Amino acid sequence: MRIGHAAAALTILAGIVPAGAEIATAQRKSGYDFMARTTQAMQDGDTSNPGMLWVLDGAALWDRKAGAANRSCADCHGDAPTSMKGVAARYPEFNATLGRPINIEQRINLCRADRQQAKPLPYESKDLLALTAFVARQSRGQPIAIAEDEPTRRSVETGRAAFVRRQGQLNLSCAQCHDDNWSGRLAGNPLTQGQPTGYPIYRLEWQSLGSLQRRLRNCLTGMRAEAPALGAQELVDLELYLMSRARGMPIETPAVRP
Amino acid sequence: MAARALINVPPTAKRGEIVVIKALISHEMESGFRPNAVGQLIPRNIIKEFVCTYNGVEVFRAEFFSAISANPFLSFTTVATESGTVTMTWKGDNGFFATESVAIAVE
Repeated sequence: MRIGHAAAALTILAGIVPAGAEIATAQRKSGYDFMARTTQAMQDGDTSNPGMLWVLDGAALWDRKAGAANRSCADCHGDAPTSMKGVAARYPEFNATLGRPINIEQRINLCRADRQQAKPLPYESKDLLALTAFVARQSRGQPIAIAEDEPTRRSVETGRAAFVRRQGQLNLSCAQCHDDNWSGRLAGNPLTQGQPTGYPIYRLEWQSLGSLQRRLRNCLTGMRAEAPALGAQELVDLELYLMSRARGMPIETPAVRP
Repeated sequence: MAARALINVPPTAKRGEIVVIKALISHEMESGFRPNAVGQLIPRNIIKEFVCTYNGVEVFRAEFFSAISANPFLSFTTVATESGTVTMTWKGDNGFFATESVAIAVE
């Protein structure tokens, strides 16, 4: 299977155009547009989208008191559909105290540590995915709006540098597939542009919900590169770059992907 | 957390109309064929049976096997005869049991 992928990748790269620029705004397409109609229908219905199972779990967690402070998310933030609307469209966001960008998962865990005095939830755990999906669901339809200030811009550039850097045993960069060859196919599957519009996503291959970082690590492993650990700053910077690259595209959380 | 189900039954229907019922339930559907990190088989844990009754009368039944995906989704039809309750029941390994009821108004 792996070898098949590699061979297909090399075939595609044989006819590659010279490393191009970013995708033009008018040409940007969500992963949704590359999917089969049946998978699109699955995502569209709130009772057929399995990601909604996590959103409902997240809604329950939102109201549950936790930690030494015995406080729930709702005690501070109140009604999530109002207070969390548009929040996911701004993340990852530069955190001035920490001096680096943080993603929603890290924001939730900061809240847990500071306000609830509770243990942080492990990355990719069911509870963290559920809370993230619930918070991000409140931004569905909102355009991605990453800040354009100076510190954010610096991190975006770091992310972009990682995106165009060739790495791994196959000596591939993210951009070679997702900027230069997104209209092509890899081993029969559409390559797609890698627009992070619907995370956390319910991926049929995973039979589960998963974060953007899980997806990124997935791609890096396929390139036979060394994938940074979940929560690593390299991955947050890459997330930030991808979100800034998708600026203006609507949030679809929880998206379904094949 | 208990199993969570998402049910879609039209709240109202005309008498004699064919209605589509959709049911999605959270379940890992562990096939029983996968080895764990040390090579031992992970025991099977699947839903084995789904039954839907409409005012106590069985209208749909399904048997599940190892190859069914996690969080299985079913879509089927029935004829709206009278107002009442549509009840769905899932049973499986390790005593798994879940049930959901929804009202349907027929005019």
